[in-house]
Amino acid sequence: MIHSFTKFKEKLMNYFFLLVATTSISILAMITLFLFKEGLPIFEKVGIKAFIFGNYWYPTADPAHFGIFPLIIGSVSVTLISALISIPLGVMTAIYLSEIASSRLREIVKPVVELLASLPSVVIGFFGMVIVAPFLQDHFNIATGLNMFNAAIMLAFMSIPTICTISEDALYSVPASLKEASLALGATSFETIVKVTLPAALSGISTAIILGLSRAIGETMVVLMVAGGAAMVPGSIFDPVRPLPGSIAAEMAEAPYRGDHYYALFAIGIVLFIFTFCFNIIADYLSNKYRQTGDATL
Amino acid sequence: MNVKVSAINIDGMKNPEERYLQEIRREKAPDPTGPISESESQTASSLENRKQQKPLFFNKKRTLLQHLFFNLFRSAAMVNALALFIILYFMIANGWRAISIDFLTQPPREMMTQGGILPCIVGTLCLSLGAFLISFPIGVSSAIYLQEYASEGALVRAIRLGISNLAGVPSVVFGLFGLSFFVTYLKMGVSILAGALTLALMSLPVIIGATEEALKSVPATYREASLGLGATKLQTILRVVLPAAAPGILTGGILGISRTAGETAPIMFTAAVFFSPNLPRSIFDEVMALPYHIYVLATAGTEIEVTRPLQYGTALVLISLVLGMNLIAILFRARLRKKMRR
Repeated sequence: MIHSFTKFKEKLMNYFFLLVATTSISILAMITLFLFKEGLPIFEKVGIKAFIFGNYWYPTADPAHFGIFPLIIGSVSVTLISALISIPLGVMTAIYLSEIASSRLREIVKPVVELLASLPSVVIGFFGMVIVAPFLQDHFNIATGLNMFNAAIMLAFMSIPTICTISEDALYSVPASLKEASLALGATSFETIVKVTLPAALSGISTAIILGLSRAIGETMVVLMVAGGAAMVPGSIFDPVRPLPGSIAAEMAEAPYRGDHYYALFAIGIVLFIFTFCFNIIADYLSNKYRQTGDATL
Repeated sequence: MNVKVSAINIDGMKNPEERYLQEIRREKAPDPTGPISESESQTASSLENRKQQKPLFFNKKRTLLQHLFFNLFRSAAMVNALALFIILYFMIANGWRAISIDFLTQPPREMMTQGGILPCIVGTLCLSLGAFLISFPIGVSSAIYLQEYASEGALVRAIRLGISNLAGVPSVVFGLFGLSFFVTYLKMGVSILAGALTLALMSLPVIIGATEEALKSVPATYREASLGLGATKLQTILRVVLPAAAPGILTGGILGISRTAGETAPIMFTAAVFFSPNLPRSIFDEVMALPYHIYVLATAGTEIEVTRPLQYGTALVLISLVLGMNLIAILFRARLRKKMRR
């Protein structure tokens, strides 16, 4: 016997949980709304084109210049250099963990990667500032150790755990029958990994790489503390740069409330938000489109 | 070739290394078909034997290649471990001298060049705990909807997309949102409340993900048994599914807290201040926080070089806090997984 009151309660709770579950979407909508609300006014003063492709970022000069092109280049180049380090290391670690390591070693190495992920970004930034920067300065004979190269290394180690964990999941879920078939045909374990397992897990690995890049481009404290902070287009990898998140964090405190500078910083936030949003949509698309491979039953 | 086949195990995981060694050993071992004696060199069978020998030469090259690359993969994994240990080593080696009872229980003195970090510790604990209290119920309820109630459809897909995008929003953008919405629009001012809310939004995806995983691992038979005994869906969830998933959910909660404790960018504009002599008295007070304190001392303090030991000390305290919580969660989860497998 189910009372009608119980039935009503059941239904109510269903809707309650549904309502709570939509919180994430509403938060995302609110973030978008408020970013645009506070960021758009700058475009009354500066055109969108001049804002994005302007070469000069002098927000406190008179007259002020709001061109974020050097900041965008700074962000993109730092992310790309870090990707050159993080993608090979991350994917190779994932292969090691899922295909090669014995289960005992795996249980040691995997937590290490997870702990690396949990290191606070400010600590990594601090490490880059006080340990890596003087080291680079001494050994490469450059003016300042706080530069793009240093920031890229630090960012790489922040995105490796993301790349590694998701790639590993993708490799792990390649059906054993595929690998067995390859081994039975006489391929070595290595050949099986390169020609069977990796291609089968490619979509998952691409997702992992994109999410890793997204994490690197949005990371704030590391680039704020380590990248050097010069708002200009870099000429070499040892030049200081000022990526987008670093500018927001460094200048927000001194920007007058609802002044042009304040609006401009929110507009940078919009640009950053759009960057990571696109990355995430692509990642989501990839992981959904090519989800199943072969006779996957997982 | 049958050696390889027999060495495969169903999950394809168990002992690839052993399998690999076995392969090498097999290459080194003499051909089981036996060496060809010179006397019967022209017979048909020996011709066949010679044909079989040829791949052996290639196999050596192939195993060498495999050997080479497997070592490369192994060293890649070791680089990560090395990075972690180098960072930890420098923080501990330079930081442990700064740690003392006074350092942990005194407020900063003399323009923050001396004294302790008590207000920062208290501030960080307040912020993380506040964020946890806000995000934990919301995250767990969201996960319950996604796992227990929802059927796959456009709405669920939208919710999942929302969660994964929320997880990808840069921390500094959360800070901007917190500043414009909580601090300014809702007039909370720079306060623990505004900071905790901002951090809560950030940790929501972590908690939802962990809870979903925990709920997924509860066997369907538990639910069926409960429903079969006449319990309603809600009763089943509250009395059967949630208790069974509780350890996993708590692990996610711990991971969520530890993530918020180390975040700097979201609290920069919403909760943290340069210096405040007093401990916070209400949730509307602004606070000092460990991560922000490190940043301030290292980049904007009055005497950056002089306060370096304090910076290392603060970093060490923060690391111990965050890694400690993570280690507990990871070990806890590893034990859980082992239990589930049995």
